Order: sequence, then C-alpha cells, then structure tokens
Amino acid sequence: MIAKFKGMYGSGIEPLTYAGQNYMVVDRSLIPEILQVLRNEEQFDYCVDITAVHYPKREKQFDVLWVLYSFTRNERIRVTTRILDGESLPSSVPIWPTANWLEREVFDMFGIKFDGHPDLKRILLPDGWKGYPLRKDYGILQQDNEWVQINLGIESGQ
Amino acid sequence: MTDRNTSLSNLDLETPEKPFLDANELVINMGPQHPATHGVLRVILRLDGEKVLGLECVIGYLHRGVEKIGEHRTYTMFNPYVDRMDYVAAVSNGLGYCETVEKLLNVEAPPRAQYVRVILTELNRIASHQLWLGTHALDIGAITPLFYTFRDREEILKIYEKYCGARLTTHAFRIGGLQYETYAGFEKDVKTFLNFFRPKIDEYEELLTTNRIWVERTKNVGKISGADCIALGVTGPVLRASGVKWDLRKAQPYANYKNFDFDIPTGQNGDTYDRYLVRMVEMRQSVRIVEQAIDAIPEGPIIAKVPKVMKPAVGEVYHSIEAPKGELGYFIVSDGSTQPYRVRVRPPSFVNLQALDLMCRGQFVADVIAVIGTLDIVLGEVDR
Repeated sequence: MIAKFKGMYGSGIEPLTYAGQNYMVVDRSLIPEILQVLRNEEQFDYCVDITAVHYPKREKQFDVLWVLYSFTRNERIRVTTRILDGESLPSSVPIWPTANWLEREVFDMFGIKFDGHPDLKRILLPDGWKGYPLRKDYGILQQDNEWVQINLGIESGQ
Repeated sequence: MTDRNTSLSNLDLETPEKPFLDANELVINMGPQHPATHGVLRVILRLDGEKVLGLECVIGYLHRGVEKIGEHRTYTMFNPYVDRMDYVAAVSNGLGYCETVEKLLNVEAPPRAQYVRVILTELNRIASHQLWLGTHALDIGAITPLFYTFRDREEILKIYEKYCGARLTTHAFRIGGLQYETYAGFEKDVKTFLNFFRPKIDEYEELLTTNRIWVERTKNVGKISGADCIALGVTGPVLRASGVKWDLRKAQPYANYKNFDFDIPTGQNGDTYDRYLVRMVEMRQSVRIVEQAIDAIPEGPIIAKVPKVMKPAVGEVYHSIEAPKGELGYFIVSDGSTQPYRVRVRPPSFVNLQALDLMCRGQFVADVIAVIGTLDIVLGEVDR
C-alpha cells in the first residue's frame, strides 16, 4: 500500500519503518487527500489516536500524527506530518467523528488549530488558561498564575 | 431554568397560541461532585422534560499532566506513574507501558515473566470488572452486588499484596520482565482463588441476569451500533457488545496470549444489558486463561538483560494492549537519552466517554447514570 502511495504522490511521502511498525511522513499539502484515501479506499476505518510532538529546534516545529487501524486488514499505520508553529491543519472530524476530542486535546496541549472543527476549545485545562503545557518551552512547574489567583483565590498552585 | 420561569410568569391565557405548558429546553448541570459519575465528571444535560436531547461532558478536573511528567522522568522512574491513570486496572497500564519500552529497547521479557504477567493482568481484568459491576449495579439501585463483588475482589488484592506489597497501584512489572520472583505458594493461592471465584460469577448472575428490575433498567438503554462504535473509536466490551468481535488479545496478540484458548464474547443489541453480559463472560474467560497459565509457568529467569541506564535508540513506537476498558495505547518517542522525548497515552476511557452524548440521546435522565456506569470510565485515566 505504501509503495502504491509512493507511486501516486512521489516525493510528498516518505515511508519509514521502526521496530517493525510502518509509518509515513507526509507533506502538509497532501494531508487532506491522504487521510480521505486511507479512510475510503484503504479501509482504515478506526482512528486510534491523534497526537503531536514538539521539536522547538526544527524550523517545522510540530509533528502531528494520526494512528489508524483497519479492521478488515488488521493493520495499523501512522501518518505523520510536519508543520510550522501557528500553521493549522484540516480537521478530520468529517472523516472520523472520534477525532473531535482528540483534536481538542492536541489544541489544548500544543495550540495547534484544526480548521473546520465543530467546537475547537480546551478540553482538559480550563477555558481561560494561557499557554500550552506539552510544548517543550513550557516548564514542568510552570502554570498560569494569573488564572490560579483569580479563580482559586490562592497565590500559587505550587 | 430562567426560560421556564419567565414563560410561566408571563403566561397569558388571552393569547391561545402560547402553549399552556412551555416545553422549553431545560439545561441541567450534573456533577462534578456527583456520586454516580465515578470521579469528577461534569455533564451538562439538555433536557426536554425527562428526555435527554443532548449533553456535553466537561472533563479535566483530575488532570495531573502525566504526559508532561513522563518527559521529565527516566523510563524506569515513569513506570509507577502509569498505575495512577486507570487505578482499578493498574497492572494492565503497567503491562502496556513496559511492553512499549521493551519494543523501543528491542528486548523481550523471558517466558516465565510472560506467564506471570498474563496471570496478574487477567486477575486484574476480573478485579476491574468486579468493581465495575458493583458500582454500576449500585448506581442503578441494586445494592447487594457491591458487597458480593468487593468481598471477592479482596481475594485478588490479597494475591497482589503478597506478590508485590501493594494492592491497588501495584507497579508489578519492570521493563524487561518482573522485579520479584513469585512467592512460595503463589500457584496455590491463585488456584484457590479460581475455585473460590468460579461459583461466585454464577452468584452475581443469579442476582441480576433475570432480575426484572435490572432487565428493565438496562435493556434497550444506551444503545449504540457497531458502526457508530467504530466511527467514535469506542473499544473494549462496549464495542464487543455491539456485535464487533474484536479484541487485541486475538487480533494482534501481545505478551503470550497466543498460547491460550479463550473466546471473545459479543452481544447483538449494543445496549446496557448486553454490555453487562459481555463483561460477565469476559470474567469467565479470564478465569479460563489464568487456569491454563498457572499450570504452565516455565522455569527460568524473570527479567531479560536490560541496561541499568536505559537509552533506547532514536525512534518512535506505538503499542497497545486490550485493557479491561478497551484499547490502551502508548506512543513513545525516544531521542536517545535516558528520558522519553514524548510519552502519549491513548486512554480507552477518554475515547469511550465521547460516545456518551450519542448513547444518551432520547433516553431519560435516570438512564444517563446507567450509561455512565456501563461505559466503565475511570476519570483518573480520562483526565490523566
């Protein structure tokens, strides 16, 4: 399948394998099409997870990845794309409804926006919170002190 | 609330086009401190009378930043943290984490460790289902099952305590195998438990399966189809009760599950009653697995050769296991240092909870409690 994709999209796809697991790094511009094709033609009907990794030293700071599974093929694949800070991605809620909360969590933790998401807001942190905790420049003890002082009435949560 | 009050106070009998009783939507807040939400879950219900039109979950009250902590601890140090996510199935969490790091390190636990792992994990599945059954039945109004299940769960916790000193957050496994050799009399204890527990499942079923109140409260409540489950990423007993025969232990066997005979129960209706039946059969199947494993534990080392300071090569791995609640996945990125560069946990409860809205639509308010129970969520895992 990956070989077929390689033939179709050429240099936009870089197929990789690590520890026996297949994944592909896909150009940002191909993402809407690839996800659609994986769902509709390759039967990857179960979106297991959507998450991101932050590499602050790279120009394209974020890896966003979809973990997909196909019940008919009993096969897993990961699709990774690299985006700049502030760049948005198309929402995959129309393709897999489960993406709703998963994308909200990515937005909550990394500040990555998904265009066309029905209700993109924070999910684990409170709405007014400032900062995105899973970015590498966010310290482990750091918190939104202003929010804590206003809403909890204490100097600091530490 | 305000809508209804205003409309009632403005009730004008002169204008007949205004309905006498206004069927305005009512928005009601449930939780976060509600005994039937199994933790701190807030649900905002949109109601038409007693009927649920839709709902929204507000989560995050137990958010501790487990994934962030993972990036600041070594691989070994992070191991006990994973027990604190789904704290009623801590052993399963540990198994998933250890196996993922083992994949990164390219080591495999020795056969003896694999068997002990399967035994402890399956006992954990039983314990998790027992806790689910007791609390779920209590929510619906049956008090007795709680006493029965907690009495029997105690026996499993005793085995854990004897094995590793802890009852709940066990930290039973180590990366590469086990830390402790089984204690003298482990096999005997497990066999005694199995003999003790087998008739107990019948006892639970006697209380509930044909109980008219139970059946009325659970049949056709919180229905979800197999296709909807897949679209919403719902896994575990909920998916199986909707007729999809899928279990990671069979589909993509991990540990040494391929050595054991067991069946995967499925339901047809995808309602609360079917999910109950599926979990009851799962307990029996877990007993079957432990029975096969306990007599076959091979001799040998309990831990593979793993370096004291773990520095996996640069790479990323996603690995998942069938936790009692569904697919529990770990995605770990290594940058070649002693700490993971990124740990992502794919919690089954988080994803399953998303289906609550769909399952509750058109049901009564009282059924929301039943549906939250039947989803078997643990908020420690939802919020991480």
